[in-house]
Amino acid sequence: MIKFQYDRAADVTDAVRQIAADPEARFIAGGTNLIDLMKYQVERPPRLIDISRLPLTSVEETPGGGLRIGALVPNTDLAYHPLVEQRYPILSSAIMSGASQQLRNMASTGGNLVQRTRCFYFYDVTMACNKRQPGSGCAAIKGINRINAILGTSESCIATHPSDMCVALAVLDAKVHVTGLSGSREIAVVDFHRLPGDTPQIDNNLRRDEIITAIELPAQGFAANHSYLKIRDRLSYAFALVSVAAALELESGRIKTGRLALGGVAHKPWRSVEAEAALRGQAAGPETFARAAEIVLRDAKGFGHNDFKIDLARRAIVRTLTQAANATPQSQADKRIR
Amino acid sequence: MSDVSRSAAMAAPATINVTLEVNGRSCTLTIAPWTTLLDALRDRLGLTGTKKGCDQGQCGACTVLVDGRRINSCLTLAVMKDGAKVTTIEGLETDGTLHPLQQAFIDHDAFQCGYCTPGQICSAAGLIAEGKAKTPDQIRELMSGNICRCGAYPNILAAIQQAMTAMGGKS
Repeated sequence: MIKFQYDRAADVTDAVRQIAADPEARFIAGGTNLIDLMKYQVERPPRLIDISRLPLTSVEETPGGGLRIGALVPNTDLAYHPLVEQRYPILSSAIMSGASQQLRNMASTGGNLVQRTRCFYFYDVTMACNKRQPGSGCAAIKGINRINAILGTSESCIATHPSDMCVALAVLDAKVHVTGLSGSREIAVVDFHRLPGDTPQIDNNLRRDEIITAIELPAQGFAANHSYLKIRDRLSYAFALVSVAAALELESGRIKTGRLALGGVAHKPWRSVEAEAALRGQAAGPETFARAAEIVLRDAKGFGHNDFKIDLARRAIVRTLTQAANATPQSQADKRIR
Repeated sequence: MSDVSRSAAMAAPATINVTLEVNGRSCTLTIAPWTTLLDALRDRLGLTGTKKGCDQGQCGACTVLVDGRRINSCLTLAVMKDGAKVTTIEGLETDGTLHPLQQAFIDHDAFQCGYCTPGQICSAAGLIAEGKAKTPDQIRELMSGNICRCGAYPNILAAIQQAMTAMGGKS
């Protein structure tokens, strides 16, 4: 483990002041990703600012019928919150599909958003990685890239964002509330994470002086017709090879609103507005779902070991949309895929 | 690292006082901020029941209860838990009587080498306190953070079910 200075933030304003004054410091909340990365010496912050005691742990209803979730609500508490289970079951399901109960008890909502990729080459400091060391190259592109991205990749990075929670937040059109030196702003979850381009070292659009304070869910929760299907190399406690979040609003068998996002395939939760447009007004059936899958994956590109992900994603999209339409969401305990 | 932050890190006090209530006893430790809760328990308090397996949050051998919730002590800085109540495998028995989970693990031979066992038992104590697992599938899923390389999973499941019944679903 590296050595570092440790400080606590007294409140949000103090946290922002401290992080702005020290460009190499990092916030720590749950620590489940950062401490791991520090042990591997992938992250070497000279100073940690502990934000875990800030009063950002409430879940409150908003005047518009949505929910405002404090950034420090543990993942478990969020997944088990009665209002989330009732109104946004796809979010509960996605959270419960990720990590282990011990990690979910520690991990915070805000920290889940800013967790880093699990690309093997990012974690191995002896390998080239543009995300870890800009300009050093990408060892994954010609390496063992089974877990890597098939959508939105660049010549400098094929890493994926590992979160399950964020895939559900993307279909729910959640917003991220952040506070920085110049005040507070909102960022749509779909605009929060970035594609790698030629700056893969920048995971998201959070500024250096900003702290995530809350996640806001709009009123529409797709509680009737939704599913989160996660495909991985073992049945639990593994990152997604491909995951799909599907949410439908149906009206006499036709799709009024369809939402679709994928995890494990890109540098960000992958939402396809074009595929969603192709769902709108159509019969909720296999032909419609297959067409949507074709649109999502039209520009998909494999890198050898991960070529299988394209077909896997196509089938997973159709399966998850079918589960959503039939109101038979994937169970995260019973592993049979129906 | 910039010169400014390098000098800040070097000027930092090397140790911090942390008070923990471990298995019902208050302990004040003077530790470096980079000490994990796992290392504080094992190396400073001599509570070696909690095991260091992967040290990366992937195996669950280091599972302890902090304020009643199961967590990975290897990914927790002890300084961040100042004031918390920690329960380790050593704290589960009462006056020489084994905790129902400890007894159930013996009854069902729910281990081979035993290295993962303290983590399995602390995790199961957390699981029972959560009250979410009712079916075998649910128990398996919510225990997936504890790896057993010997593969004693069927016996671990049976032991947890026995303890759950014995405890009436409560911790």
